[in-house]
Amino acid sequence: MHIQEETNQRHVLSLTVANEAGILARIAGMFTARGYNIDSLTVADITPDHAISRITIVTNGPPKVIDQIIAQLDRLVPVHKVTDLSENGPYVERELALVKVAGTGEDRIEALRLADVFRAKVVDTTIESFIFEITGPSDKIDTFVGLMGQIGLVEVGRTGVVGLVRGKDPV
Amino acid sequence: MALLAFEEGIDVAEMSGADILCQCLVDQGVEVVFGYPGGAVLPIYDILYNHPKIKHVLVRHEQGATHMAEGYARSTGKPGVVLVTSGPGATNAITGITDALMDSIPMIVITGQVATHLIGSDAFQEADTVGLTRHCTKHNYLVKSPAKLAHVVHEAFHIATSGRPGPVVIDIPKDVQVATAPYSKPEMNAHPSYRPQVKADAAAISTAIEMLAAAERPILYTGGGVINSGPEASALLRELAELTGAPVTSTLMGLGAFPASSPQWLGMLGMHGTYEANMAMNKADLIVCLGARFDDRVTGRLDAFSPNSRKIHVDIDRSSVNKTVEVELPIIADVGSAMADMIAVWKQRGHEANDMTEWTARIDGWRARKCLDYVEDGAEIMPQRAIADLFSATRASGKDVIITTEVGQHQMWAAQHYHFDEPNKWLTSGGLGTMGYGFPAAIGAQIGNPDSLVICVAGDASIQMNIQELGTAIQYRLPVKIFILNNEYMGMVRQWQELTYESRYSNSYSDALPDFVKLAEAYGWTGIRIEGPQELEAGIRQMIETPGPVMVDCRVAKLSNCFPMIPSGAAHTDMLLDPSQVSGTMNDEAKALV
Repeated sequence: MHIQEETNQRHVLSLTVANEAGILARIAGMFTARGYNIDSLTVADITPDHAISRITIVTNGPPKVIDQIIAQLDRLVPVHKVTDLSENGPYVERELALVKVAGTGEDRIEALRLADVFRAKVVDTTIESFIFEITGPSDKIDTFVGLMGQIGLVEVGRTGVVGLVRGKDPV
Repeated sequence: MALLAFEEGIDVAEMSGADILCQCLVDQGVEVVFGYPGGAVLPIYDILYNHPKIKHVLVRHEQGATHMAEGYARSTGKPGVVLVTSGPGATNAITGITDALMDSIPMIVITGQVATHLIGSDAFQEADTVGLTRHCTKHNYLVKSPAKLAHVVHEAFHIATSGRPGPVVIDIPKDVQVATAPYSKPEMNAHPSYRPQVKADAAAISTAIEMLAAAERPILYTGGGVINSGPEASALLRELAELTGAPVTSTLMGLGAFPASSPQWLGMLGMHGTYEANMAMNKADLIVCLGARFDDRVTGRLDAFSPNSRKIHVDIDRSSVNKTVEVELPIIADVGSAMADMIAVWKQRGHEANDMTEWTARIDGWRARKCLDYVEDGAEIMPQRAIADLFSATRASGKDVIITTEVGQHQMWAAQHYHFDEPNKWLTSGGLGTMGYGFPAAIGAQIGNPDSLVICVAGDASIQMNIQELGTAIQYRLPVKIFILNNEYMGMVRQWQELTYESRYSNSYSDALPDFVKLAEAYGWTGIRIEGPQELEAGIRQMIETPGPVMVDCRVAKLSNCFPMIPSGAAHTDMLLDPSQVSGTMNDEAKALV
């Protein structure tokens, strides 16, 4: 017997939730309990009274599973609203990464040149290294990190994705 | 209890957390709490000492308390309330909490917790109760201040009883029970993000009625949601069935919502459902699913499930829609409210029931297979016969009868051969399939319905899972009856081993069974043994007529199997109707399914 796997689609989900104890565990645990995937998850409170947080989840799965994920999130008591940014018209998504690169001579100059192309900022430096700060869609960061890998990549920290719909209205 | 002059001159009583909790329970109309004391709930138990309004039922094991609360809730429509201590008290309650989640039973579980400053220190009897119960509750709370307790308790009742009902856990540290705060009954302001959709979309109702009016081979597939929606929903279901002329089948959880005595009744559907119900599902051109969730026990093999029908799914929980079976028309609503709307639109448009002559004739053809028949040799009691006789004797007694079951063959035989005409009379563990549910559930039902005849149909293995509650029934003078179909096997396990593993009965024989009659007597119960067919009728009568609790050890044919059956991985049309169709092996795909 073989276990069949289905082809997956990437979706960015944006949630507003009550900022209460255990909410993150509730959401992360629902994903593990039901066998769904989390590619990235970001969370921070977004109102002055700290009552509401926005959680952005990048997940992947067949369309039917994505529908279930949204329905399962929506029925958690502290969840206000779930929006599938990928299905909800144009949207902006951004991720921030810190990329540490070590090298001297021509490698060091090439790293700076590439950083300039990618509009990455230098936020720390020694004679032999840089830390670059880069923001953009995840694939831009993937590309930058890939290039740095050929020069002298030491390590990377990434925030995961945040996103909002384009235009004047909220989601 | 001191009075504080609060702002604007309103007098607000300053009360301990334990006092506030009990006052909230009184304000919520709670009459009974099922519980077990321990260190972390002693302040609450002190308030319950000689409490004028709340009756406390002392159980023998916390799992028993949760199933009692479920039985109480399912038979009365009111939420069941459980009170247990921290650590082992809470972990013992988890099976019942999960059971209530799976079967949508409204339940409030109050757990004691170590004092707030000890949380996380691996203190004595500390367990991370909110962590452990996060995914087996509808919602849960850790209350860290007595000032927040009242709001949480009232909100918890609202969440447990509205929308799709379910269990809610409130974990209360011991210092929060002792510390004081002002209390006045709070305004009910529900959690701002909790808004279950009760009223159906009018356009969807309109489309549903057009689909129903056009259907030539409709079927109403009903579930536990109809019972959860209240007795009005059962009445509306009867009216909808009468108006449309559609035949009705039900899941295990929905039995009783539609009368089994109606000519439109097809019996239960699914794995151990009737041939006529499953064939009608397969051949229908329209399935109207009312408060059911296309469970795997109902659908059989998904790609062969009712291939030529259009489907309407009425459910209060959006996540149930399109979860396993894709439907043409989802209606998110309380099923009672949706049926009321459907009936109103049907009448307003002047629809008449379609001519069902041909559909009824086909159904009668399937009925003629008499799929529930069984062979009797006269020497042994067939378990089906025992249930059939139990049904006729209890019906003849004229009493209001509530049947609970454990889990296994006896449960399916009871579902097949005991016939329910009213909702809230059939209590069984459907989703989780919890052995040990039935007996405590019977105790809870008896407490909620003191004048009813409450009978737990059990198996010899299941009954031992919460047998300790014999003491609870005696203590509270509860005249519950236990009717054990004793075949000396975990019958359903043995049946699957027969079907799948060439009858290698690995660990399914109930060795070292107790003498149930002596066991009953040791607890002060009446014990009755029924050994053969000639004793069956008199034994059942004696059970019904004996005051007080009675345990019946009914010895039935040891190797009987439960038919009809859709084997795992098979379609509705591939039912096994009798033992001669059993091959004794299965392929790996089927073996991998539960």
